[in-house]
Amino acid sequence: MMAALDRTAALKLIEAENSVAVDDAPAGELRRDLGLIAEMIEPQSRVLDIGCGDGALLAYLSRHKSVDGRGIELSQSGVNACVGHGLSVIQGDADRDLEAYPAGAFDFVVLSQTLQATRQPRKVIEALVRIGRRAIVSFPNFGFWRIRLLLLMRGRMPVSDCLTYPWYETPNIHLCTIRDFIALCDEIGVRVERSVTLDRHGQPFSLDPRGRLANLLAEQGIFVLCGSGVEANT
Amino acid sequence: MSTLTSPRPRALSDQDWPGYRLLVREPLRLDCGIDLGPYTIAYQTYGTLNRDGSNAILISHALSGDQYVADLHPLTGKPGWWTTMVGPGLVLDTNRYFLICANVLGGCMGTTGPQDLNPATGEPWALSFPVITIRDMVRAQKRLLDHLGIDSLFCVIGGSMGAMQALQWAASYPESVFAAVPIAGAARHSAQNIAFHEVGRQAIMADPDWCSGRYLSLGRNPVRGLAVARMAAHITYLSEAALHRKFGRNLQDRRAVTYGFDADFQVESYLRHQGSTFVDRFDANSYLYITRAMDYFDLAAEHGGSLPNAFIGTGSRFCVISFTSDWLFPTSESRELVHALNAVAANVSFVEIATDNGHDAFLLDEPELFATLRGFLTGCAEHRGLTRLG
Repeated sequence: MMAALDRTAALKLIEAENSVAVDDAPAGELRRDLGLIAEMIEPQSRVLDIGCGDGALLAYLSRHKSVDGRGIELSQSGVNACVGHGLSVIQGDADRDLEAYPAGAFDFVVLSQTLQATRQPRKVIEALVRIGRRAIVSFPNFGFWRIRLLLLMRGRMPVSDCLTYPWYETPNIHLCTIRDFIALCDEIGVRVERSVTLDRHGQPFSLDPRGRLANLLAEQGIFVLCGSGVEANT
Repeated sequence: MSTLTSPRPRALSDQDWPGYRLLVREPLRLDCGIDLGPYTIAYQTYGTLNRDGSNAILISHALSGDQYVADLHPLTGKPGWWTTMVGPGLVLDTNRYFLICANVLGGCMGTTGPQDLNPATGEPWALSFPVITIRDMVRAQKRLLDHLGIDSLFCVIGGSMGAMQALQWAASYPESVFAAVPIAGAARHSAQNIAFHEVGRQAIMADPDWCSGRYLSLGRNPVRGLAVARMAAHITYLSEAALHRKFGRNLQDRRAVTYGFDADFQVESYLRHQGSTFVDRFDANSYLYITRAMDYFDLAAEHGGSLPNAFIGTGSRFCVISFTSDWLFPTSESRELVHALNAVAANVSFVEIATDNGHDAFLLDEPELFATLRGFLTGCAEHRGLTRLG
């Protein structure tokens, strides 16, 4: 029943175990969601990529946007691949290792496909907007119609291109829908500055992310956040 | 029957140490307030310093290490302690970098220490030698680099006490450290580690041949005490898993236990061997002084109780490395250091390497360690604009 593993959307957290070394990846090629994130990042900025996997995004950003990039990655193989390729990456995770950073230490903090695997997503989001002028968060939308249908029709925990693990071994302990996410941001005073929703082919489409339709049609979402105390001048 | 060797002085006299010696006439103001000098620094170098002096790497040795990183040891005849790391084409590539390693202040391999003659009395210093600190060791190394005309180190790297020195370098002379690699280290010596050191020191002092430290003047040598200190310490360098893998409960050259206190078990025999060979190359008073220097190490205390303060404004690149089975300098200590570096937004990489080799893993063949360091140094060399030597 398990859908074929789609590397394009598989969770970074585990993906790093089988990751391709940065140097072996085709130059300039990035996973589509990472490519969209890369577009949101200003050249020469200071970037922290949390759950950076094998460092593909960091390597791309330092090569094409001359950013001062740092990473945090849980898997030893991922960290070793990054450091082995000259990237500044520490072994750690979003729950444990964000406290130490001072406020505003980075221009952009990226948390891609990892929020749902953190123990305390709320605290993590608060930390993101504290240490970064902007946070870019992407996650699989549990409100996606196929997920809803799978649960409704089969009565089993959904397994999809974006959510590839059966319930008993998934690292995704805090799945949410796009509306859940936005409600949480509203509750904790985090401003959603920009959002991109992606359909099941990874194509971006434009719908109000607060609306019910986007929550139904998006397989994943990418959000640019900033704390309430930060001026927004995009 | 004991496998420990009988008391005898170490084989080489002062002038016999192979390698370089620098005599520094200007006294060194130590943390304890005493001016030490003149003093000697014994050191080894490998590779060639490039024209702009930008390819120098300082290797800091550990408690029982010395400057013979990749040479045959002059006393034991055994290969250097980091031949896995230092050599042509290796991680610390002698074709590319200029490597320096100096015996630490208080050491017993040619650098001034308690076994040397106190010029004021003509007798060995023994316990009248001033207590030195990790910072004192680093100050002396700075004099050496000044002498060598090296303003800025490409990298300072070391394991265990060597990691302490690397961190001290980064804290004391940030403008002189492009990259720092503390391996299996900590920003302070833990209570447990101080406790282990105290056991070692008490073993030495309990040896009747120690003679309140005056054994050299009296023609004696507290080898039994020093051997026990080494045996106890050696256990802390390994892990339960490594001991089990190497020895298990295997018996030493016998089929059954002997119902006595001979070395029935292989692990006992191994430890006795470690103890007895150590005393051939190490000085007991040096062991007291160097362990004390480690105990006193606390970078945060030097900076108003705040570890991040030690690194404020640092431009150095850090690569912090720990080992999963190291219970002497556990990963938590390295992580605390990483958090302090993050707090000042330093450029830091941190890798915990999975191994069952315990604390000693930094001396052993650990492919992940080599791969990590190779990548880190290559990245640093690019940022530094280091070109490959011929």
